[in-house]
Amino acid sequence: MTGRAVAPDASGFEQLLAAKEIMVFCGSGGVGKTSIAAATALGAVTRLGGKVLVLTIDPARRLASALGLEGIGNVERRVPDEALRAAGVTPRGELYAAMLDTKASWDDLVTRHAPDRATAQRILENRLYHNITARFVQSHDYIAMERLFELHATGTYDLIVIDTPPTRNALDFLEAPARMAEFFGGRLLRWLTMPYRMGSGRGARVVNVASRPFYQMADRILGSQFLQDIAEFFLNFQSMYDGFVARAESVERLLHDRRTTFSVVTTLEGAPLREAEFFCSELRARKFHLGALVLNKTLPAYLRSSEGSRSAAAMVTNADAVAAQLTDLGGELADPTHDARVLRTIGDSFENFSVVAKREAELRGELEGGSDIVLDVPGLEVDIHDIGGLVAIGDYLFAG
Amino acid sequence: MSLSLLDRRLLFFTGKGGVGKSTVAAAFALLAAQHGKRVLVVQVDAKGNLTDLFEHRPVGFKPVQVHPGVYALTMNTQDSLKEYLKLNLKVPVIGRIGPVARALDFVASAAPGVKEILTVGKIVWEVREAIEGRADWDLVVVDAAATGHVVAQLGAPEAIRELLSVGVVKTQTEWMSEILADPAITALNVVATPEEMPVNETIELVAQARAELAVPLGAVIVNRVLPELFTRDDERVFAAMSEPEPTARLSSATGPGATAVLDGARLAVSLRRTRAVHLSRLRKTLDLPMLYVPYLFVRSHGLRVTHRVAEALGEELGL
Repeated sequence: MTGRAVAPDASGFEQLLAAKEIMVFCGSGGVGKTSIAAATALGAVTRLGGKVLVLTIDPARRLASALGLEGIGNVERRVPDEALRAAGVTPRGELYAAMLDTKASWDDLVTRHAPDRATAQRILENRLYHNITARFVQSHDYIAMERLFELHATGTYDLIVIDTPPTRNALDFLEAPARMAEFFGGRLLRWLTMPYRMGSGRGARVVNVASRPFYQMADRILGSQFLQDIAEFFLNFQSMYDGFVARAESVERLLHDRRTTFSVVTTLEGAPLREAEFFCSELRARKFHLGALVLNKTLPAYLRSSEGSRSAAAMVTNADAVAAQLTDLGGELADPTHDARVLRTIGDSFENFSVVAKREAELRGELEGGSDIVLDVPGLEVDIHDIGGLVAIGDYLFAG
Repeated sequence: MSLSLLDRRLLFFTGKGGVGKSTVAAAFALLAAQHGKRVLVVQVDAKGNLTDLFEHRPVGFKPVQVHPGVYALTMNTQDSLKEYLKLNLKVPVIGRIGPVARALDFVASAAPGVKEILTVGKIVWEVREAIEGRADWDLVVVDAAATGHVVAQLGAPEAIRELLSVGVVKTQTEWMSEILADPAITALNVVATPEEMPVNETIELVAQARAELAVPLGAVIVNRVLPELFTRDDERVFAAMSEPEPTARLSSATGPGATAVLDGARLAVSLRRTRAVHLSRLRKTLDLPMLYVPYLFVRSHGLRVTHRVAEALGEELGL
């Protein structure tokens, strides 16, 4: 690997990145996967160098604006060095960004695997195909991993950082390649399309006996035209079968490869944390490499301090007495009633936030079976909408 | 403003993951029950924690009472398919339903719209049964799919109709669409928090729903709104307290934790300020009624939190 150097005293996270070619971030919705992925890629390109790509699936296009790239699509774009320098960091390599366009990726896949242009055209124009690829989100799971495979196979990038699609089940995408292969190789699919493949004669009679109840029922519920559409679609799709299954298996292999690592992002809230723990154990059970566990948007530790709580309690209960200590300073502090009101307000507020901070700490304490590398990223007081914000997150990540 | 949300029969709640969509849905159900309605809550995502919010064990496809006046069921497309076949194919298929259901389940994954229709179909069927007096629900509340999925789900009847030219299902999508599109019956509500991404997704979803769905939009529920700590006068006093000399006096009067308390107040103010920007963007962009639920500084979730959110929603609705 050229251009990637890791210092001997580098943090665990930095060493992990130096040893891997792919880092997949997963976690439940709303935990900040996209920013963490972008900050990781940015941190890698400034610390380790090389060509680093961040691939995001996030539909809200936040990364695009964060990286100063409006409307980035399926094609990778270089993030200009000037944009990084403007944020006060010096790139040691090249940073690229890309966004997953599900529809375009599916079209590419079909065009690549279809035996000829006419078949590709028939598939691309099929209304079922349109529905499956564009309308129904399950297809994102597979295509994201497929796209990752393709980008990795180009050999262009030293490191690819990807955030995973917001699936209903965060594990869906892991199973997607296997499911895809199973689906197109499945006996049931052959069975379903059989009457349309066999046409007439002896074969058709055999089919009739075997599947009559199913076809009668399906006909009545869905109408035979629909079944025919499905069959036609899959007959066309089956011409790509071998290439497709082989490809899905390669994708699966890449995810299991030792060059690939998975990191889990979570906030310290009940539901996302439970999901993260489940995710860690599943990754391990399925023999994927578990990299880091990122605890994102945590509250600062001082909110849990007993000293802070004592002072806050004193400000609330003895507000008037405490205020009396300030009034002789004059100016804005001259009015004891007003001072006392502000003291009560900030004391109460501290206690409020302290409750949440303590709940977070408790949840952190319960964390079991996580990763060796656990990283804390405090909730930054401002939004991450520029490279400077990503740099700030990266500093926390690469410290651990 | 009278939203009359609770007078409708079918309320969907969607939102970006992590914004508290289930909590708001549960709170609406609780609020309706407190006003004497018999409510069915449907949890679309089997991995959700909806029944936790009523401190009840998880429920299956058959509605179970989880709180006085509140019944819950968890969506399961296989059960929905079985029920559908039983109701619609008035033939004795019970013995053979296993393999047939498996085969149809396969068709469902081949043309994924079928899964969505089994979900939305069951929900709308419950509403129709209630309207026609065969079921007791005054209101069906749906803890729906997240923003990324909900349009596919609610658009399923239309999508299926485009695909099917004949058949029982095609006919049935018609009454489903009618119920879904009726503003006296149905509303799609979006839950957001005043943060960048949830606000973006809410704005995008509303635009997409208006363009692609006939389902009427209800309200935007803004969850976890942080309190405004200071008036402008308070802010000046607080700024003065943060100077070295007053801070030193506060430390000697209340202990060394005084600086942590001041830091905490600064954090609270800046968190609130960042969120206010997103909140005003949401308000400016959307012309939908907004309901605000304050951030609750509590240890954990459960019925107590559901009650407090219901209370906040009740106040917002003027109940």
